[in-house]
Amino acid sequence: MERHLNYPISDRGIVSVMVQSRENNKISYKAADLSDTLVKIRDLHFSRGSRKIFDGLSMDIPRQGVTAIMGPSGTGKTTLLKLIGGQLTPDEGSIEVDGLDVHQLSTKKLFELRQRMGMLFQSGALLTDLSVFENVAYPLREHTRLNEALIRHLVLLKLNAVGLRGAADMMPSELSGGMSRRVALARAIALDPMMIMYDEPFTGQDPISKGVLVSLISELNNALNVCSIVVSHDVPDTLSISDYVHFISAGKVVESGSPEALTSSNVEWTHQFIHGDADGPVPFHYPADPIMDDLYQRGK
Amino acid sequence: MNLINRFLDRMQKIGAATLHSFRRLGRGSVFLLEVISSCASLFVRPLLVVKQLYSVGVQTLIIIVVAGLFVGMVMALQSYYALVDFGAEDSVGVMVALSLLRELGPVVTALLFAGRAGSALTAEIGLMKATEQLSGMEMMAVNPMQRVVAPRFMAGVISMPLLATIFSAVGVIGAYMVAVELLGLDSGAFWSQPQNKVDLHLDLYNGIIKSVVFGVVATWIAVFEGYDCIPTSEGLGQATTRTVVHSSLAILFLDFVLTALMFTK
Repeated sequence: MERHLNYPISDRGIVSVMVQSRENNKISYKAADLSDTLVKIRDLHFSRGSRKIFDGLSMDIPRQGVTAIMGPSGTGKTTLLKLIGGQLTPDEGSIEVDGLDVHQLSTKKLFELRQRMGMLFQSGALLTDLSVFENVAYPLREHTRLNEALIRHLVLLKLNAVGLRGAADMMPSELSGGMSRRVALARAIALDPMMIMYDEPFTGQDPISKGVLVSLISELNNALNVCSIVVSHDVPDTLSISDYVHFISAGKVVESGSPEALTSSNVEWTHQFIHGDADGPVPFHYPADPIMDDLYQRGK
Repeated sequence: MNLINRFLDRMQKIGAATLHSFRRLGRGSVFLLEVISSCASLFVRPLLVVKQLYSVGVQTLIIIVVAGLFVGMVMALQSYYALVDFGAEDSVGVMVALSLLRELGPVVTALLFAGRAGSALTAEIGLMKATEQLSGMEMMAVNPMQRVVAPRFMAGVISMPLLATIFSAVGVIGAYMVAVELLGLDSGAFWSQPQNKVDLHLDLYNGIIKSVVFGVVATWIAVFEGYDCIPTSEGLGQATTRTVVHSSLAILFLDFVLTALMFTK
């Protein structure tokens, strides 16, 4: 038997929903169950203009644990998150979240589903005319009828979880990039979502901020027992916190598996990506005519 | 052969540009319908409109008052010098009042509004798009049409007739200062002619209807350009410029159409 505890605050300040085992009465983090699928993507096709982004992509994302979606820049990782969130519509194929086909839902139903999703944007996407406190309170004010005292408590707890309770009165323009993302993370978990999507959370962060974000993602995932989808091309940090990884390239999944399995993979593409080789299946040169043709303007 | 190719190339470019314009017009029309349907939500949250009325209306007031004052003063001067030759300088008051109420009040206010508030609306919404604030709201299950666009649109539509009325009133005061205080025109003559000649329905109401139409068009263009802009610094700059240019042209064109409909005998 397991039960959820209501927001005990650890010494790190993380608002934890830990899972208690009745048998031995020990508090422990529940191991991620990767067999239960939350997001099911099937034969996804998506193009921007004439450029094909996804060409029959299929993948499953488990209900628990951290799932990383990795690939080089421009492979459509952010686009995939927007497709999962229903902000973009695929040309073909389907995306199911918690058994609901995202792109068949009415606007009302889609908005109901989004209340159970949290998303951390690359830029933080904080509302610049609202203070840090009001940014975190925003989804609570929009979607709940909680009284002001309770909203205040919840907001301060969420901010405490990301270590920024002391910055509650600051404006977004006064925050560093790392702080903005932490505030955005507090806002993303405001409604206690079932899944949190992280869009390039480590890009442009100094080592300390990056370290804070890495541990926050991992600890929040364990504490809240949610599905975390991390889109990134930062190999060591992302692999260190992931339970499962999908590598995508050229519109398809190249390889999937545990971080350990992928690190020792013999697939040429995976090897190149993990070790950062300049040339390989992903060529150094962008497709072009032979250089002599270009230099002498032959055929132009 | 080369000439034909160049001609075909040019025709293709014209065709593509025309299609692009029609596509944008279509998107803009659908956008307007969405905005209008989103306005219903403002009854639940009227404070959103009040906040925007301040930034769109109140903050535009200073330029409207100053411009109205000088336009009225210049009109009084010009009409006095034109009419005095015919001994008709007593008509300065009515001439200024009618010009302001029928034409200059709504039109100049709308042009100034497009330059001050319209460009600011485009830049604000465009920047929200570029910094993913609009996407962030969507992912928080909050409709940006209802929370961001509709309050600004409604504030623009409400502000414009009020600003145009203030512009006309200040213009008449400016004309009074020049005609009566500076040029020595009789105060009674200045006020009595407008009292007799200005018609409530024909002049005042029509002027207000014009300014409401200009308010809808100028604010629609401003919020659409912001919402539809390419989210880069260059795209935002282009969108802001388009707001001012398109709004100004639309206002002048609509002024002709409305004048023809309202004042043709």
